[in-house]
Amino acid sequence: MEEGLKIELGKQGVFVTTIEELYNWGRRSSIWPMQFGLACCAIEMIATTMARYDLARFGAEVFRPSPRQADLMIISGTVTKKMAPQVVRLYNQMAEPKYVIAMGACAISGGPFKQGYNVLKGIDRYIPVDVHIPGCPPRPEALIQAFMTLQKKIDGQNLTGEGRPRHLDAEAQGEFPVPVQGEHDLEPSSNRLVWPLPMKTGIRD
Amino acid sequence: MASNPYFSLAVLFVAALGFGLAPLGLAKLWGMVFSPPKPNAIKNSIYECGLESKGDAWMQFRSAYYLYAIIFLIFDVEAVFLLPFAVAFTGLGVAACVSMLVFVLLLIEGLAWAWAKGVLTWA
Repeated sequence: MEEGLKIELGKQGVFVTTIEELYNWGRRSSIWPMQFGLACCAIEMIATTMARYDLARFGAEVFRPSPRQADLMIISGTVTKKMAPQVVRLYNQMAEPKYVIAMGACAISGGPFKQGYNVLKGIDRYIPVDVHIPGCPPRPEALIQAFMTLQKKIDGQNLTGEGRPRHLDAEAQGEFPVPVQGEHDLEPSSNRLVWPLPMKTGIRD
Repeated sequence: MASNPYFSLAVLFVAALGFGLAPLGLAKLWGMVFSPPKPNAIKNSIYECGLESKGDAWMQFRSAYYLYAIIFLIFDVEAVFLLPFAVAFTGLGVAACVSMLVFVLLLIEGLAWAWAKGVLTWA
């Protein structure tokens, strides 16, 4: 359907849409996050859901206490190496389609604790992250920005062909291996499928 | 067949069945086309949690708990009946008092039986 024709029809009171548009509208308007806070960023996440910032405007105020009912995982805080297997396991238990927002410096890179022996240097080593938000902690506006970015991303997805969401791709991997505590580090130290190019920064990790 | 007086009931029954099953079927169809499942062992685990469940859900409880529950029920029911009785006590006749006494004695008999059986002794 051409955009111009659609507008012309709309002027005549005829509204047309596609299954894809409806489907993506439904997906992006009801992103239910998982009730899951890791550290100080969780406080900002809680503030975002409250009356002042009102996440309900985006249809995302329904925080679910069970991964089986959640669409979105907000990694809100430092992921320690002790917590990482649980995070990945919870992500695995979420039903498709599922999304991840890595909130704050810790979740995207380890943040101020990057040098710590017990801190994971970014959750994107194990699970695919859709939106990264910098900040320590990011303000609620930043989280709302992340929501809007995620909504744009969902809106832009086609149901068929290249770039279709993972759950509509029968070939796509649905399970992400849960790391186990090794002698010195988590094993494996990253999932090569979601984190193929480790940056050589010179900092030992 | 159409002359049968129950024919219209049968038609309504089929319609009602369709009314219930059609949305379920449509929902299933929608799910198959637009949200195909990607099951895995972790997702299918019985209890959703970051930690693996330990042990079996089919564990055995001591039957002693069941006896305690029964005895608790004796006192529980007794309290439920005794309270309104005590509230209305001054306005009650002899018959009400006697029947209440019989009721309490019946419960005491149950307790005495359990006591004699050694239920109250934790083994």
